[in-house]
Amino acid sequence: MNRRDIAFVVSALIIAAALAVVPSITVKESVINLLVLVYIYVMMASSWNIIGGIAGQVNLGHAAFFGLGSLVSRILWTKGWPLSVSMILGALVPVAFALIIGAPSFKLRGVYFAIGTLAMAQILFITTRNLFPMISSLPTEALATYSLAPRYYVALGMTLLTVLVVFWLSRSRWGLGMVAVREEANAAESLGVSALQHKLLALCLSAFFAGLAGGVFAYYSAGYYLFFPFFPTWTFDAVMATYIGGTGTVIGPIIGAVFYVLVKEILALRFVELHPFIFGTLFILVVLFLPGGMIQIWSRLRRLFRRAAPAPSEEKAMSESDMVHDRPAVE
Amino acid sequence: MVETLVQNIVFGLLLGALYGLAAVGLSLVFGVTKFLNVAHGELLMLGGYVSFWLFNLYHVDPFVSLPLAALALVVVGIVLYSLLFSRTVKMDEEQKVQTTMLIGFGVSLILQNLAQRLWTADDRSITTAYSRMSWTLFDIRFPIVRVVSMVVALLLVIALQQFLQRSYFGKAIRATVEDWEEATIIGIDTHRVYLVAFVIGAAFAGVAGALVSVGYSIVPSMGLEWTLVCLVVMTLGGLGSIIGTFVGGLILGVAQALTAFAVGGAYRQVVGLLLFLVVLAVRPQGLFGVKEG
Repeated sequence: MNRRDIAFVVSALIIAAALAVVPSITVKESVINLLVLVYIYVMMASSWNIIGGIAGQVNLGHAAFFGLGSLVSRILWTKGWPLSVSMILGALVPVAFALIIGAPSFKLRGVYFAIGTLAMAQILFITTRNLFPMISSLPTEALATYSLAPRYYVALGMTLLTVLVVFWLSRSRWGLGMVAVREEANAAESLGVSALQHKLLALCLSAFFAGLAGGVFAYYSAGYYLFFPFFPTWTFDAVMATYIGGTGTVIGPIIGAVFYVLVKEILALRFVELHPFIFGTLFILVVLFLPGGMIQIWSRLRRLFRRAAPAPSEEKAMSESDMVHDRPAVE
Repeated sequence: MVETLVQNIVFGLLLGALYGLAAVGLSLVFGVTKFLNVAHGELLMLGGYVSFWLFNLYHVDPFVSLPLAALALVVVGIVLYSLLFSRTVKMDEEQKVQTTMLIGFGVSLILQNLAQRLWTADDRSITTAYSRMSWTLFDIRFPIVRVVSMVVALLLVIALQQFLQRSYFGKAIRATVEDWEEATIIGIDTHRVYLVAFVIGAAFAGVAGALVSVGYSIVPSMGLEWTLVCLVVMTLGGLGSIIGTFVGGLILGVAQALTAFAVGGAYRQVVGLLLFLVVLAVRPQGLFGVKEG
């Protein structure tokens, strides 16, 4: 770990510690609910980013992982299994699903991968909607003792775990291999980097954390339709948040998700359902003109200020170490 | 029992013709420009609403308003192309497909919510004086509206095929598909070819949507399902084959009808998606497509 890495981990821990204090200083449930939603979105965007951003395979079936995770955790947990076991199994079942669909779907070239994964997720969505059309609500005694604080801490802890793992991945050999496969699969293969292995690992990790996010959702929600987490909206929201923040970077999806949820909730207070226009437009603008997302604005500004100051050699060295961090996924 | 089965197949064919019509539009756009416009289903939805409102407000017969629905979508197509999609023309193919797909998602989100705000989330359909009439042959019902819709779809698809085969501009389009650089060298304005292909695709979606609003019903959130249907049919039919794509639509319609008959209507969408995955895995060039390279 170099100094920048340590700085990242330390600041992540400090922010998490600061957020951990929130339930003890506010009694407003709306604040806690909003933050839990932010955490779920950060987990969804960060986990999508592993396969879609770092490994560069646009997966449009992310909701399937989230849905499976919530379905398994919710059913086991409401049947009386311990929460921890339910959530771990809720994260592992999507991984098993990813392993099954991974190898055949990576045979699909480019855009057929995107459509193929969307098709699989829709099959799962329609099937669960037919098999589990009911609302899952907590039993009355559980509702009577329902408390937000433990749910908040579980969500925060899982989010921190997700972010740290994605950060570790982006610095690891495996993460660099994924970037290599994304940028030039043939060249990577010729250097001994197996494209299939790296893509599979990316998909499994992505599925694991999306499934974990599903577990958080299942634990947090008092009542919901069991098929609700399978809605394709969960995929599209994660994709848009990631792109708006900056795909392929560690911080981008986090910023994107926070921005996405906050703007969505603030708009929902004032206007009905205006956010799809804003995010739709913003998303298109980012895809066309700012492929690095909001993170790119930041690094452009930084470069601008650096240019004003002397020492160009340092600038070059820095921007090279940013390879994984600040690199736009689409050029 | 047998009658119910045959009746189901007939309904499947009638709906499949609309799948074919819509998918031919998407397939033309994708084949010529390599734009993967996943907002195709939303364009179809818009066409449906044009026809619906013309009927409801001004009592224009839905079959008379078909050209108007097409015209409206031509305008939408021109706007979308020049504002957004034209910016991706210079990208290499893989990147172009991916970028246009993402743009398409943004567009579909905007259009779907626009429709929901303007026209509410209710199911709508056009009920004319002749809506409930049908011909009967050996106890099998042929609703007039749906039969006429199928004929319209078939005529349009044949017209498009003839246009591409025989007209000068159609040949320019096919030349651009084969090799756009060569086409540019011999003086074909490829930008115009792209625009025209995109606009024809949008117009086909508009007409298909208008026909859906007469024989079936429309709703602002219908886009994703129809886009998937078009992608499935496009893959079944194989790129570059207009008639093949139309037949792909008929196949999907019948497959859905048989599924609904055998396991229940809830799974009719699933069969198409499964069919899609199987075809992708076994025969990526489609049932009627020619293998590339």
